[in-house]
Amino acid sequence: MSQTSFTIEQFYKYLTEGKLMAGKCTRCGKIHLPPRPLCDNCFNNQFEWTEISGKGKLVTYTVIHIAPQQFQAMAPYAVGIVQLENGLKIPGMISGVAPEQMRIGMELAIDFGACSTAQPWPQWPRYCFKPL
Amino acid sequence: MVGKPLVSIVSAGLSKFGKREGLYARELFAEAFKEALDRCPRLEPKRDIKAMFVGHMGEAYEHQGHTGAAAADWTGLLNIPATRTEAACASSGAALRSGVYAVLSGLADVVLVGGVEKMTHRTTAEVTEYLAMASDYPFEQWHGITFPGLFALMAKAHMHQYGTTEAQLAAVAVKNHYHGTLNPKAQMQKEITVETVLASRIVASPLKLYDCSLITDGASCAILTKPELARRFTDQPVHIIGSGQASDTIGLYERQSLTSLSAAKLAAKIAYEMAAVTPDDIDVAEVHDCFTSAEIIAYEDLGFCKAGEGGKLAESGETRLGGRLPVNTSGGLKAKGHPVGATGTAQAYEIYLQLTGQAERRQVKDAKLGLTHNVGGSGATAAVHIYRSETQ
Ligand SMILES: [Zn+2]
Repeated sequence: MSQTSFTIEQFYKYLTEGKLMAGKCTRCGKIHLPPRPLCDNCFNNQFEWTEISGKGKLVTYTVIHIAPQQFQAMAPYAVGIVQLENGLKIPGMISGVAPEQMRIGMELAIDFGACSTAQPWPQWPRYCFKPL
Repeated sequence: MVGKPLVSIVSAGLSKFGKREGLYARELFAEAFKEALDRCPRLEPKRDIKAMFVGHMGEAYEHQGHTGAAAADWTGLLNIPATRTEAACASSGAALRSGVYAVLSGLADVVLVGGVEKMTHRTTAEVTEYLAMASDYPFEQWHGITFPGLFALMAKAHMHQYGTTEAQLAAVAVKNHYHGTLNPKAQMQKEITVETVLASRIVASPLKLYDCSLITDGASCAILTKPELARRFTDQPVHIIGSGQASDTIGLYERQSLTSLSAAKLAAKIAYEMAAVTPDDIDVAEVHDCFTSAEIIAYEDLGFCKAGEGGKLAESGETRLGGRLPVNTSGGLKAKGHPVGATGTAQAYEIYLQLTGQAERRQVKDAKLGLTHNVGGSGATAAVHIYRSETQ
């Protein structure tokens, strides 16, 4: 059993180490990405960390032109939902591909590049997805 | 056999929707409430109204929370229990549902439900940020996904899976703008064409400016009572015969389907079963067209057509006034406007008018069964209500 708690904060801390980590329920085996304190399947509160492959396929995407203040300098930017190899989905920005080249089903991999230069906690590191 | 009334609406009110400069939310709410009083002269508000629920999404707009008490105060309804309900854009759908609970519990015979939002004094960037608060923070907002962005992700998935086109999305906007011109309280009062929509600037692809609902100031309310008391207050009550509310994951990314809202499907199933009616029985509906694509998905989730055929239904004209099943005769969120906290009971107001024959230029002939579909966030909340006229 890991000493670290299964929190969103810990999920983001692992990103700074270049790891995409999920919580696996010790009772029913359900994998939670992000980790949760309570299994929504069996209500168990015991988990173990499991590293997830950051490769997957783009399920859907959009290019955001009207952004909130903090993202305005980046607009337009692409975001999408990626289905990872283990079937779980996570959202994120997509970079390294022109909007007109983007297509549903394309293979992407998580990129931790920006995570190492992230501000100290509680500024979360921002991973993104890039074409394989 | 149509289901028996759960509660009855004896009156309803709506403020003018639009840019209401120089007004506070509580003042807009008083405007809506005054209309409800004027429509129901037999109601003595201080004597009769025993509780209220007020939908309101964002305290950031006016730096004002505690909206239940503020609304009770400014409607002259102190000292009744007054509670704010918050479920993002379904805040007053949740208020309506709470009113149903309150009346059915027997604790309150007459209940005021409503909602309000004052938004237009904020910049688009601020509103974009406040609306995004209805979505997941650590994974969606944090990665720059806006509220239109979430609906764009669903629209894109729908287009990919079913071949839905941008022109079909635009057909929804064209229809609702037309309906808006028939509603003097609607924010937008001009007709548009498919070309206008397609040529408008991109907000979050494939959604363009004219695919998006409006930033609006407004308030709405309805007065509920037990069916056996309804005739005391009015000769023309409208009965709620089905009520469903459901929830789903706060993050869109965790959902099994990105082309339908499971909370809306579940809420609809519950409401249809309670009302003992089918989608074919519905004469008029107000659905949550926060984006044009959301109306297309609503058609499918509500069973107005099969999954994947919503785009075709939008284009067919069947949901336009005069068609088989007119949808959003008020102009919808798209043209009437979307003061988020007010939207759920504003939909109920439109159905109340339709089922009492008071919808004037946009009246659906012989409308007897109505439906409202109110969605919170990207679909983490949905409330569906089914209504019937007294003469059904
Ligand atoms: Zn479990």
